[in-house]
Amino acid sequence: MNVILIAVIVLGGIGLVSALVLFVASKKFAVHEDPRIAQVSEVLPQANCGGCGYPGCSGFANACVKAADSGSLGDLNCAPGGKAVMEQVAGILGLQATESAPKVAVVRCNGTCEARPRQVEYNGAKSCRIQQMTGMGETMCGYGCLGGGDCVDACLFGAITINPETGLAEVDESKCTACGACAKACPRSIIEIRPAGPKGRRMVVLCNNKDKGAIANKACKSACIGCGKCVKTCEKFEAITLENNLAWIDPEKCKMCRKCEEACPKGAIKGFNFPPRKPKAEVAEAAPSAAPAVPKAEAVSPEAKQD
Amino acid sequence: MSKLIISLSPHVHGGDSVQKNMYGVCIALAPALLASLWFFGLGAAIVLATSVLACVCFEWAIAKFLLKSNRCTICDGSAVLTGLLLGFNLPSNLPIWIIIIGALVAIGVGKMTFGGLGCNPFNPALVGRVFLLISFPVQMTSWPVPGQLTEIGADAVTGATPLALITAGQLDKLPQTTDLLFGQVGGSLGEVSALALLLGLAFMLWKKIITWHIPVSILGTVAVFTGILYLINPATYACPLTHLLTGGLMLGACYMATDYVTSPMTHKGQLIYGVCIGFLTVVIRLWGAYPEGMSFAILIMNAFTPLINTYCKPKRFGEVVRKEAAK
Amino acid sequence: MKTFKLGGVHPAENKLSAGSPIREAALPKQAVFSMFQHIGAPAKPVVKKGDEVKVGTLLGEAGGFVSAPIYSAVSGKVNKVDVALDASGTRRMAVYVDVEGDEWEESIDRSTDLVKLSDHPELDAKTIVEKIKNAGIVGMGGATFPCHVKLCPPPGCKAECVIINAVECEPYLTADHRLMLEHAEEILEGVECIMKAVDVKVGYVGIENNKPDAIALMTEKAKDHPNIEIVPLKVKYPQGGEKQLIDAVIGREVPAPPAIPINVGAVVQNVGTAYAIYQAVMKNRPLIDRVITVTGKSVKNPSNLLARLGTPFQQLIDECGGLPEDTGKIIGGGPMMGKALVSLEVPMTKGSSGLLIMNEKEARRSEPDPCIRCAKCVSACPMGLEPYLLAQVSGLHDWETAENNDITSCIECGSCQFTCPSHRPLLDNIRLGKSTVMGIIRSRNAK
Repeated sequence: MNVILIAVIVLGGIGLVSALVLFVASKKFAVHEDPRIAQVSEVLPQANCGGCGYPGCSGFANACVKAADSGSLGDLNCAPGGKAVMEQVAGILGLQATESAPKVAVVRCNGTCEARPRQVEYNGAKSCRIQQMTGMGETMCGYGCLGGGDCVDACLFGAITINPETGLAEVDESKCTACGACAKACPRSIIEIRPAGPKGRRMVVLCNNKDKGAIANKACKSACIGCGKCVKTCEKFEAITLENNLAWIDPEKCKMCRKCEEACPKGAIKGFNFPPRKPKAEVAEAAPSAAPAVPKAEAVSPEAKQD
Repeated sequence: MSKLIISLSPHVHGGDSVQKNMYGVCIALAPALLASLWFFGLGAAIVLATSVLACVCFEWAIAKFLLKSNRCTICDGSAVLTGLLLGFNLPSNLPIWIIIIGALVAIGVGKMTFGGLGCNPFNPALVGRVFLLISFPVQMTSWPVPGQLTEIGADAVTGATPLALITAGQLDKLPQTTDLLFGQVGGSLGEVSALALLLGLAFMLWKKIITWHIPVSILGTVAVFTGILYLINPATYACPLTHLLTGGLMLGACYMATDYVTSPMTHKGQLIYGVCIGFLTVVIRLWGAYPEGMSFAILIMNAFTPLINTYCKPKRFGEVVRKEAAK
Repeated sequence: MKTFKLGGVHPAENKLSAGSPIREAALPKQAVFSMFQHIGAPAKPVVKKGDEVKVGTLLGEAGGFVSAPIYSAVSGKVNKVDVALDASGTRRMAVYVDVEGDEWEESIDRSTDLVKLSDHPELDAKTIVEKIKNAGIVGMGGATFPCHVKLCPPPGCKAECVIINAVECEPYLTADHRLMLEHAEEILEGVECIMKAVDVKVGYVGIENNKPDAIALMTEKAKDHPNIEIVPLKVKYPQGGEKQLIDAVIGREVPAPPAIPINVGAVVQNVGTAYAIYQAVMKNRPLIDRVITVTGKSVKNPSNLLARLGTPFQQLIDECGGLPEDTGKIIGGGPMMGKALVSLEVPMTKGSSGLLIMNEKEARRSEPDPCIRCAKCVSACPMGLEPYLLAQVSGLHDWETAENNDITSCIECGSCQFTCPSHRPLLDNIRLGKSTVMGIIRSRNAK
């Protein structure tokens, strides 16, 4: 009986003392945090991708709350969460969500194994950045995708893979959150974060080669040779610029007419997510003139704009 | 001509490989293996064969079915070595099923749980041995007396080991030093012949498989520490030579503590590691509940290896000058 | 026998061409002079298409203090000024010259008579450095650091001795070895020039013990130069590393970067550089050619060629019996630190000490095994680093830990990867870490 009593007293005493210590500590060392930070954190995807430019989601939540105190969220944007999350965040902070167009990562290289033959074999650690230190890499193109998969490792969402057939990185648009981790990881800056475009439709120059035409042409069959045909085609909208022997389409100015795609002799310009061109192809076969295609393309664009 | 190969330098390799190192240690263990066969006969052969086979099988099975890896890891020789070392740490009359359990724990728990070769924090063979020692204390500590070449299993006559005598304080019954050196004493398979183990150590040092730092620091510490105690009171404490030649000390110092994966990376760290193992071994031997402290000492220091690696950096080139400049 | 203290390895020497005397390579049909033949700012082309050039005509002027001018090594007509694939594996600016005849600039003394520095007291330190600078001489061991920069110590530093690097610790290469055997006197005069330029009275020539004939000959010839001592060294890689050589010869350790050898009073120059300096100072001859070892186990006729800069490697290998059938890898430089080339069109440059052809079996790396933490890389590292750790944290992109563990001290000698039993690509990862950490440090300092 005595033993049990002692045990109860001792254990109870220890419990009481510990509770007291914990209570005092919790009061004395309590950190006061804006409760909104926790609330904002809760709705964030918690991927800690760093796409927003802050270290992790809690850092972003902190920044949001701070920005809210100054009245507006500004250009703070959670890429993986997208519009829905930003609306929720704005709701918590009592603000209006700022509209931001959805973006997507685009691999600007179309140098498949076929178009860009592998002249030598790289036999070292599997990493683009290390392969880049050998100089040209496996092909004679010093600008194209190395296929080492640094972007794949960088992607937290499993949205990017290396296609073993083409040897190129491919983006799964449904998974891509445009956080930009892949673009940072790529030693050749091939990956560009571009507006996804209306209905996901966009025109992109799928090449990053800044060499002169002859060299680029020798290295890769689908390289941009800087001939400038696309620039001439786009004179009306001035969406295409040519710098360092490389064409670039300004997504803000592009009207999605797809004329540049036809004009490019190397097939380096590609439209994404457009409906198949079947009727046009038939017309083109019937009459070699591309004239009928023009009104059609123009008919598409206003529609796309409305969406 | 096929495609040219490109890579960063260096473009040549010294030709060393994991296999060469692992099988090098196995070759170094050959004299001890022969000694164990000489003293314990058939029993030793059965224990060692079971242990090696079981370790290799478990490694293969776990890699294939649990980890689903395509790499063939049994060819690198590390499982063979673990099996051999585990077998060396067992008495020759141990039932086969206990050995298989030991191998499963050694490979399964001690090694593959952590991701296989190179990732395990503790020496797998010792994990197996200590598990058996705690689970089956009776079977693990009844060592047959040497010379019963065909007696296997429970029929073998067992006797006290020198370490048990030391712990019991019966120093007058200790065997001759020469018997200890050649192995004419009771004990686990690989522990008995100190001479055979030293031959193996010499081979490993010659082949540059290991450096002298760990074995010398362990043996040195044990010799110095027990030497001091012996000088204080020769009646209670055995002489340093006896300590050096008995039990698993020699086996542990030369083959178990020097395990690449679980020992520190720098020479300075290795010396600290060795001194601590030596110290702990003597403490456990003389004042602990177990007569032998080597396994525990090594496992304890294995746990400290990452810490030692963090704090013991090699001497950087130009460091002395840097410090002088700072002054 | 002297050597450096920490780490080091001993690769198979394979000095196949040690017995083959230096012979002159034929002139190429077209020579390509890269403007990036040295570390530092690239040279600026000063010629244009159609210009007539002679041997020794300036093609590109130095692009800054840490830079060097480029001279034509052939005579003929400039075909174009355009990008060309060079040994770094990238396309960079170069001058293409179509070769016609072999006309030399008048100012160059082409005689082979020995001119002694002691006979020309009018050459003072300043003139010598100026001549070296104008001749476009760079470190010819392979580092290609502009030579005159090392001869102008920063304020507060005083050179105490000149150390000549005649170690040639890279396997296969024998260019420096042959140069010493055939031009010992000129080299020693070159050393005198360097010593006068930095105003020191002590010179050492460090030679590894696997070249006993060169040690004997140099010691014999050095009797006329009481200030120059020939130091035989134990064979160990990477003894030719500047810091290792200083440690081996005078027992001083250069502190971690940003410290440089002059901080411990040493000026180190390669033996090939010493020869080039002799020619520049005494013969008015800019750097237009160099000795290059063309070698490899399958090469029919491993040789040491005196070749004009700008000669395509293809031609050099043709002179040594052609490219073997089983070629797997072509390396510009030695096997430990050289660079794998993607093509034989690449022209030779000031830093081309060797052209090594490896067969496919030698060339291919083994599949890496997991790290078994054997610590052999730690023992092999001549800088006292922990390569296993640096490679691991670089792979994890943990740049902070890499910096804290002195990744910037790495000299990229490759000893760790050479010795690794698991065949891990240690140096590949360490290079990635080192270059990233250097970038981080630079941007931090810029702020």
